[in-house]
Amino acid sequence: MKISDVITEYTPTIGIECHVQLKTRTKLFAGVGNDAREAEPNTLISHICLGMPGALPVLNSEAVHLASRAAFALNTSPQKFSKFDRKHYFYPDLPKGYQISQYDEPIILGGYVEININDRLRKINITRAHLEEDAGKSTHPAGKDYSLVDLNRAGTPLLEIVSEPELHTAQEAKVYSKELYLLMRYADVSDANLYYGNMRFDVNVSVSKSKELGTRTETKNLNSFRSVEKAVDYEIKRQVELLEKGQKILQETRGWDDVKQKTFSQRSKEDAHDYRYFPDPDIPPVVLDDKFIARVKNEMPIMPSNLRKEFLPLNLDKSAIDTLIDSINAAQFLHNVISRTSTENAKRIAVWLAVEVQSIVSTGESTWEKVKLDIDSFIRLSEMVSNNELSSTAAKSIVGELIINGGDPKKIAKDKNLLQLSDASELEEIVNKVIGDNSNAAQDVKSGEMKAVGFLVGQVMKASGGKANPNLAKELIMKQIGIN
Amino acid sequence: MVNWDPIEKIVAGVSSGELKAMDLVERALKAIDSGREFNAIIAKIDDRARRRANNIDKEVSKGKYAGRLAGVPFIAKDNFLVIGAETTAGSNILRGFNAPYQATAIEKLESEGAICVAKANLDAFAHGSSTENSDFMITKNPHDKTKVPGGSSGGSAASVVLGMAPFALGTDTGGSIRLPASFTGSVGYKPTYGLVSRSGVVAMASSTDVIGPITNSVEDAALVLECMAGRDNLDGTTIDRSKKQYTDLSIDLNGKKVGVVSEYMGTGVEPDVKNAILSSIEKLKKTGVKFQEVSLPSLPLALASYYIIMPAEVSSNLSRYDGQRYGFSHPKAKNLEDSYNWSRSEGFGREAKRRIMIGTYVLSSGYYDDYYKKAQKVRTKLINEFSEAFNSFDFLIGPTAPTTAFPIGHKAADPLEMYLADIMTVAANLTGIPSISIPLPVSGLPIGMQIMTKQKNDVQLLAFASKVEKEL
Repeated sequence: MKISDVITEYTPTIGIECHVQLKTRTKLFAGVGNDAREAEPNTLISHICLGMPGALPVLNSEAVHLASRAAFALNTSPQKFSKFDRKHYFYPDLPKGYQISQYDEPIILGGYVEININDRLRKINITRAHLEEDAGKSTHPAGKDYSLVDLNRAGTPLLEIVSEPELHTAQEAKVYSKELYLLMRYADVSDANLYYGNMRFDVNVSVSKSKELGTRTETKNLNSFRSVEKAVDYEIKRQVELLEKGQKILQETRGWDDVKQKTFSQRSKEDAHDYRYFPDPDIPPVVLDDKFIARVKNEMPIMPSNLRKEFLPLNLDKSAIDTLIDSINAAQFLHNVISRTSTENAKRIAVWLAVEVQSIVSTGESTWEKVKLDIDSFIRLSEMVSNNELSSTAAKSIVGELIINGGDPKKIAKDKNLLQLSDASELEEIVNKVIGDNSNAAQDVKSGEMKAVGFLVGQVMKASGGKANPNLAKELIMKQIGIN
Repeated sequence: MVNWDPIEKIVAGVSSGELKAMDLVERALKAIDSGREFNAIIAKIDDRARRRANNIDKEVSKGKYAGRLAGVPFIAKDNFLVIGAETTAGSNILRGFNAPYQATAIEKLESEGAICVAKANLDAFAHGSSTENSDFMITKNPHDKTKVPGGSSGGSAASVVLGMAPFALGTDTGGSIRLPASFTGSVGYKPTYGLVSRSGVVAMASSTDVIGPITNSVEDAALVLECMAGRDNLDGTTIDRSKKQYTDLSIDLNGKKVGVVSEYMGTGVEPDVKNAILSSIEKLKKTGVKFQEVSLPSLPLALASYYIIMPAEVSSNLSRYDGQRYGFSHPKAKNLEDSYNWSRSEGFGREAKRRIMIGTYVLSSGYYDDYYKKAQKVRTKLINEFSEAFNSFDFLIGPTAPTTAFPIGHKAADPLEMYLADIMTVAANLTGIPSISIPLPVSGLPIGMQIMTKQKNDVQLLAFASKVEKEL
């Protein structure tokens, strides 16, 4: 039996839980720094993070603010009433013996993420998203009889976003994860740095031949879109293989081995805890009034799906759009450009961004955050091309100068001697010389072989150092040879 | 026994230089030493207390203002985190724990010049009504050494009555300030829930834990509350303090409507207790106070509801004592599982374990709805019945406890019997209302009268209680 022969008989069903680390200055319940990236172990802690006797959690209102922004990014509003609950289990990196989370009344209920699958837009519904504190980090040094606990991360605010099981392929899972990542960055709720684990994905996968869902497994802690795709793919194949062999799928938690590119069993459902959730009596419920909700709604920036719709008339290819959307700065710049100038200019600028600027960024010469994107300069530069003052090749070289050093594009063109020769008298001299040097070609043109015109124009361009306005050059050549 | 002047008078003396804070501290420390047989104190904080007294005396001699509690020694129940002594909460599992930070209440009192001189004994983790559950020792009632002082703030109440300090701090989760006040003949004040920060106080049941003073008079209690009350950015459940000073005790008794809670005056109440209340009512009628009987039909369910909600929160709050970061950690444990099991098994006493078991049970899936959720429904009902009663009455009164202090060992073997001691106090905790126990003029063992009012009406309650105290 080959899996590839039978796999199409199964429908995979995938739901994704994503932990997003919110970019608050301080922790969710303690006035201690939240950026644990480069900190020495156990330096970002207080009596609250340590779970000292008498220590009480006090909710960080900025986390509520960011979660509310996330709600709008997910196309819904934050709940007017939500509350925090305690989830109990014992582990050394959980100092209080419980994690503060939101159980049955989370800050976000509903919403959706719009994804593009093979040029079809699909809405993936969101079940819920809740605020919770992260645990600390345990490490188990190999060969040692101790483990180490770093509580810097303990109490970091997380937003756990749970999707409905509406994804059906590994590719869809990847696209959804990527889109969620973009939403969180655009909403500016998270640094969304995957390397630092700012977003971690858990994928729930099951396969079934019928309408009834199969037994699912949960593969936890994936920290790249690629590993989401690979893990889902692996799980689908693994589960189909087991079922084809007549075996059962165990409901279990699995991990992902990035080296072996395999999922592996971590714990079965039998080990599941009774977390004994109950409302945390130390934290009053979160009540959001209409004024606050309206204010957050108003401050939301334009989101990727709207930008994509806005970019549609520019007729850009998909990879260019993806490049622009990936960089918030580029996309928002283009958004402003569109509102200020013609489609022709906007398209030209879009391509410059997606190709010229992107290549400078990808070589590491600069970053999207550092490059100078001045809307007037870009529009003027594009207009110079439209007006035949500048060849498109010359314009591209000015783009590089503009984003690094800034300045007036016209002056840059002049200084670099890139302005097109659009003055007939100046160009005539070159044309005459080219015709004189290429009499055979001129003869060909005369006898009706129009291909040779292109050759002559090329020679004029060459002789002018690329500055000749090609249309004018052609016009002058025809005139000189005596054809109208 | 040392008799302390009213706190205001002491402060006036220290502020004018007439009294030395150092002398007051020495006097308190001496009283603590001579009252050792009562087991009221777990530890003295002598060095730090003397340093602080010295500083205050220096400040005063320079003509500086030294605060509203300048030089006043006080004693904190040993579940308050205080720098300079261990904080044990009366438990073995926290033996040797040195607090790295201080309770907000302590900070606030110290910023007004008060000096903490000792930590008082308590039922371990405040679990109890007699102070017999302390893992260290049993506190004795100053009026009769064979009797309990009540609990769980038994050490605090006994220390005030023994003159070890002008006031002590206690915590009241189900009656733990008022019951010992009633049994020892002191004033015990439980403020509105959230009026005093719980930060830095070892949590028992977070939704009912309240911090309050145990004093010789209502006036003293009002001054201590005045210095502790208000919002704290380390406790999200704190509320704004009253704009009016808690020390403003002016009130006109004439025409005040007081409900006598019939559920608190029925069977099970000792005749002496009932008579003491009734004769006090008779006296007060002459001042123009209007008394009327009132029934709160859900009151008989309060205790049952409390003994579900409280252990649920206790089981959760005690999770942090796992032997990994501080407190007792079993020295023989070779792996994490054993460390958890053995540290907790040996570190916690019987009552803590009992409450962890009950709490874990009522929060378990499948039992949550039948126990925890139902208990919360009762709680809501109680809140409604009380607020309805406060539509008709300014205050509600009854005895603080159905009995006077009972003999040591009498109820220790039967937890249910012990739980019944809280029957008249838990409702105020479940509903978050302020309540005070003041001693009645009796010849035998002390009897306390409990006065309750609606939430945030602390100023009125203190004023009323102070007048009643004087009239009786």
